[in-house]
Amino acid sequence: MRIGVPRETYAGEKRVATTPEVAAQLIKLGYEVVIESQAGAAAKFSDEAYRAGGCSVAGADEAWAADIVLKVRAPDAQEAAGLRSGQTLISFLWPAQNPELLQQLTASGVTALAMDSVPRISRAQKVDALSSMANIAGYRAVVEAAAHFGRFFTGQITAAGKVEPAKVLIIGAGVAGLAAIGAARSMGAIVRAFDTRPEVKEQVESMDAEFLMLDFEDEDGSGEGGYAKVMSDAFIAAEMALFAEQAREVDIIITTALIPGKPAPRLITRAMVESMQDGSVIVDLAAEQGGNCELTEPDRVLEHAGVTLIGYTDMPSRLPATSSQLYATNLRHLLSDMTPGKDGQLAVDMDDEVIRGATVCKDGATTWPPPAPKVSMAPPKPAEAAPPPVAEPKKKSVAGPLIGMALAGLALLLMGAVAPPSFMQHFTVFVLACFVGYMVIWNVTPALHTPLMSVTNAISSIIIIGALLQISSDVALIKWIAVATVAVTAVNIFGGFAVTRRMLEMFRK
Amino acid sequence: MNPGIISNPGIATVSYIIATILFILALGGLSHQETARRGNWYGIIGMAVALAATVLGFVTAQYALLVGALVVGGAIGLWAARRVQMTQMPELVAILHSLVGLAAVAVGFANFMDPGRLEHYLGVELTIHDIETYLGILIGAVTFSGSVIAFGKLSGRIGGKPLILPARHWLNLLLLLAAIAYGYLFVAQSPQGGGLVPLLIMTGVALLFGIHMVMAIGGADMPVVVSMLNSYSGWAASATGFMLDNDLLIVTGALVGSSGAILSYIMCRAMNRRFLAVIAGGFGTSEGTQVAGGEDQGEVFPIDAEETALLLDAAKEVMIIPGYGMAVAQAQHIVHELTQALRDKGVNVRFGIHPVAGRMPGHMNVLLAEAKVPYDIVFEMDEINDDFPEVDVSIVIGANDIVNPSALEEPEGPIGGMPVLECWKGKTTIVLKRSMATGYAGVQNPLFFKDNTRMLFGDAKESLDAVFKAL
Repeated sequence: MRIGVPRETYAGEKRVATTPEVAAQLIKLGYEVVIESQAGAAAKFSDEAYRAGGCSVAGADEAWAADIVLKVRAPDAQEAAGLRSGQTLISFLWPAQNPELLQQLTASGVTALAMDSVPRISRAQKVDALSSMANIAGYRAVVEAAAHFGRFFTGQITAAGKVEPAKVLIIGAGVAGLAAIGAARSMGAIVRAFDTRPEVKEQVESMDAEFLMLDFEDEDGSGEGGYAKVMSDAFIAAEMALFAEQAREVDIIITTALIPGKPAPRLITRAMVESMQDGSVIVDLAAEQGGNCELTEPDRVLEHAGVTLIGYTDMPSRLPATSSQLYATNLRHLLSDMTPGKDGQLAVDMDDEVIRGATVCKDGATTWPPPAPKVSMAPPKPAEAAPPPVAEPKKKSVAGPLIGMALAGLALLLMGAVAPPSFMQHFTVFVLACFVGYMVIWNVTPALHTPLMSVTNAISSIIIIGALLQISSDVALIKWIAVATVAVTAVNIFGGFAVTRRMLEMFRK
Repeated sequence: MNPGIISNPGIATVSYIIATILFILALGGLSHQETARRGNWYGIIGMAVALAATVLGFVTAQYALLVGALVVGGAIGLWAARRVQMTQMPELVAILHSLVGLAAVAVGFANFMDPGRLEHYLGVELTIHDIETYLGILIGAVTFSGSVIAFGKLSGRIGGKPLILPARHWLNLLLLLAAIAYGYLFVAQSPQGGGLVPLLIMTGVALLFGIHMVMAIGGADMPVVVSMLNSYSGWAASATGFMLDNDLLIVTGALVGSSGAILSYIMCRAMNRRFLAVIAGGFGTSEGTQVAGGEDQGEVFPIDAEETALLLDAAKEVMIIPGYGMAVAQAQHIVHELTQALRDKGVNVRFGIHPVAGRMPGHMNVLLAEAKVPYDIVFEMDEINDDFPEVDVSIVIGANDIVNPSALEEPEGPIGGMPVLECWKGKTTIVLKRSMATGYAGVQNPLFFKDNTRMLFGDAKESLDAVFKAL
């Protein structure tokens, strides 16, 4: 089948749905890839690079006519009108926000998969384009903030004096928030992060940022699919007090708080903005959903009371090469799951949870929203009620060893009664030697157990003495057995000591 | 006994005492790497003293043959010691054990055939002497055939799968009863100058027993078997010592015997298994041990070499957990290079060794030492198991059961209760593996399905080569 990748026509959109590298992998899956001329130009992927990757470069019509159309942004009404039954469209579609588009696509008989509707289960992580884009947005938010911030992020002590490090507050520690923490930390800033979901505390701290705790009887903000949920009024009040206090202290605030299907929560009020120091920067990654800050305007950079407010909604597009690459790879993973035969034949398997979730319309029927996903494919946690059955240490019975020792003692006494004294003398030596061995061997470091075995092997060939005592015998058979035994044990003595030596030579500090 | 060149038996006795002390010092020296080389020299000197004292004190003829045999045997031994690959150490040790067993059998038979025996021992003394001879040959024969089979299994000449005969426990019991019965016959016939036939039959029975015992043991239990045979070879020497009234043999045999016994015990404890259960065999058959629902464990996350290199590059604490797969792939050298490169970058690389990793006790340590990994970054399981939460990246190379969380999570499972390296408590674990096959225990490993585990599929050596290049 043929995959078409048209150029993105949305104003300012620099991304492209496949890169030359990923296209080559799609071709390996058995597909033919047609790319619209100049589709990758804004992301600095030239037509030549695509050709070198095995794609054919053609006009828009040909790209749109392919069996599978890969895009970043949802098609506009005009583009969608060109699609016909039998084609498959894969892109961001936002069916909840674009009901007309969904209707139009359903009516035309197209099979459409929305990358934004991929269920958030662990198996689908490699397909999760929202996470890929959020990661980039978080990183870019820090870059934008740095560009508008008049100071260093890192603290320095120079000959010309001391520079204080910047303090960055990141609200919402999802994928974007964590990416922002990482970027700000690696630039040297002091980073604090807040999230309503207490379970992200560990992740935040693992990135060397401080997790701001709310002094509040614990209310878990974890909602479905790893997103946050709406919190109670009292909680929000406490949260706002915390932000107000932080706003006076920090230099940069990056907000990433989103609740699915709701307008972005208002977290930074006008008063808080005004309380910030001059030169501070706020980056509002929720600008598209109305903004976490009262003053943000989407797609604009404003200044209010000396504070710069950044409301860009196209952060991923501002890093077009990386975002194209990650998005293209997400698409490639999806396609490779949908191409079980690696023969270039697309199969829309509606029993597959990931594909079912992403498919918004198929064969003229709307299939969105999908049935509620199972949160994870992993087996459910074993019932918490059953505490891990700690292997109870068996109570060491005192009676058992005592009985054993008594029996052994009795046997020894019996033996002593019948055995001749010469035997008992040897037996004494034997028992003592066992104990000496026991004491000595426990001190051997486990690292040297192999040399221990080879050296004990060598010294157990002391049995050669038996053969030496017999070698002078007048009986020919005994003599020759003894000679052979000497030879055999000599192998052992020399081999055992030599190999031990060789091994021990290797143990170096 | 005829006196040799030095006729004073006191000198021989003193020499034997010196040799005994030197042997004990040799084993004591192994308590630490720094003293281990000196210990080996003590062993060599002790052996030389014992040999010299015996030759000068008791040998009266056949010097040429004696020297010839020593030279031939010694040359073979040195050649083997030089040539052996460190990955083949278990095989070498196994075959050397078999030689001790063989020697014990030979000395026992030669002693039995000595015409002076009936004059020298009378009454109870003769009975005891006969029992000693009988036991020496019995243990020697079991050691011999068992070690040969172990050698075959370790070197791949015999399949590693345990051979499970029907009613094998009854068969073992039958062999044991036969050995006792023929022992009684032997002791009864011996004073009349007979007894050769029961002795020969018993030898055959013992050989069969040794073969059957080791054949029934699976690959993962080989460390126990090798150390057990080590122990047997000691007891064989000890029994021979009783037979020859020689305290040096008794002491040395007892030292070796208890050494092997302790090693077997350590290995069994490391697998949370009872010694008798291992000997009874059948582990690693996966009969009925396949955990139900093995497929439902969740998603496996593959990773490639470049991503692995990136992870390692970003890490501060790296733990490497080698297993037998590292030996098979001969990957220890590239592991060392990788370690070196990471240490140069300031990454703290350590090794975590499970007691039963590999095919014999301490096998992994020897392999790493061969690759010049400094021993002070190689740690035992108990030393480092608590450190995993601080580890950024753990690399599991060709190991499976020793990093299986189900050992702790499912106490009733086939490997339940076995102490394991808890690498999943670290931030990321990278598992190098050829495929998703289960380990010896036939137990699915939930580690592979954990969210923080990444699988790097392929031959361990090639994978690490690629990682090293990417680094």
